Amino acid sequence: MHELSIAISLIEQIIQESAAREELRAGAIEAVHLRLGVFSGVDKDALLFSYGLACEGTPLEGSRLEIEAVPLVVHCMACDADRSPPSVWQICCPDCGTPAPDIVSGREIEVRALEIAA
Amino acid sequence: MSTRIVEVRAKVLKQNDLLAAELRRRFQLEATCVVGLVSSPGSGKTAFLEKLLAALGREHSVAALVGDLATENDAARLKRATPNVRQITTGTICHLDAQMVERALNEWQLPAPEFLFIENVGNLVCPSSYDLGEELRFVLLSATEGEDKPLKYPTIFNSSDVAVITKMDLAQAAEFDLAAARRNIQSVRPGMQTFEVSSKTGAGMREVAEYLVQRRAQLQPADHAQAALAQ
Repeated sequence: MHELSIAISLIEQIIQESAAREELRAGAIEAVHLRLGVFSGVDKDALLFSYGLACEGTPLEGSRLEIEAVPLVVHCMACDADRSPPSVWQICCPDCGTPAPDIVSGREIEVRALEIAA
Repeated sequence: MSTRIVEVRAKVLKQNDLLAAELRRRFQLEATCVVGLVSSPGSGKTAFLEKLLAALGREHSVAALVGDLATENDAARLKRATPNVRQITTGTICHLDAQMVERALNEWQLPAPEFLFIENVGNLVCPSSYDLGEELRFVLLSATEGEDKPLKYPTIFNSSDVAVITKMDLAQAAEFDLAAARRNIQSVRPGMQTFEVSSKTGAGMREVAEYLVQRRAQLQPADHAQAALAQ
């Protein structure tokens, strides 16, 4: 399980962003909104569990972690369109079945926004 | 209490990705072809690497960084093939990250080899999230593990460039279905280059070594251009 390492990196990243942008320091951070790709290799529940532990003793202690799952999207060369494959173990176009090695999205581990107390 | 939402858009592993990009530039400038190895524990990474180091080492300079939670056993084994081996013991961490690789290389002070292998901790989940700056990531799957491993661990197979099926000398005894394994690899990573090897008999090792020599040759024109730019 590497979700604790991910949670620690997440908190460090937010502390860095806050240091760089004044508007993020205007109030306490109530929640962190994260985009998590289904192909990121990170488990949502394990990350939620780890986040609580990793926040202890940091400015983020007591904050919520809101995770938005980002679906896997590939580019089908045959249809010239972005499509969601049938499953994470069948990386092909759901319409025409053509193998689609180009991943458009689904690998993200990305902070989208912070919720700041006003 | 009211809150307001402030857009951020920041990658969580930005620090790792930046460091990995820096390592990749460094490897390119030094014309080192860097190969990461990932697999489940016990699928034969170290035996494969020992044979590959010996095969490539006859005509090329080679080195290996090996990651494990504990012990230096793997480094000791690989030293039978080349003296240029360094162990990274991660303690309780289940994967290598770019910082561990950078630190190990800086402490090591090894003259840039033609090929550097980075053997990750045996784990088919966690290493997939961490870029180490490698040129190629090899994922190993042994014939004794079953042909459906790629379907069960699609993320690591998809994030790898080359699949190597190991322990082919045991394939018959394990009733390993090679055609199904190849099909499953192509299902999770269309177009993936695949090799079948036996570290024990040496079968298939020459093909892997030749492939790497070719890959390194393809690196070089761009490297020289970059090296010239850097001067």
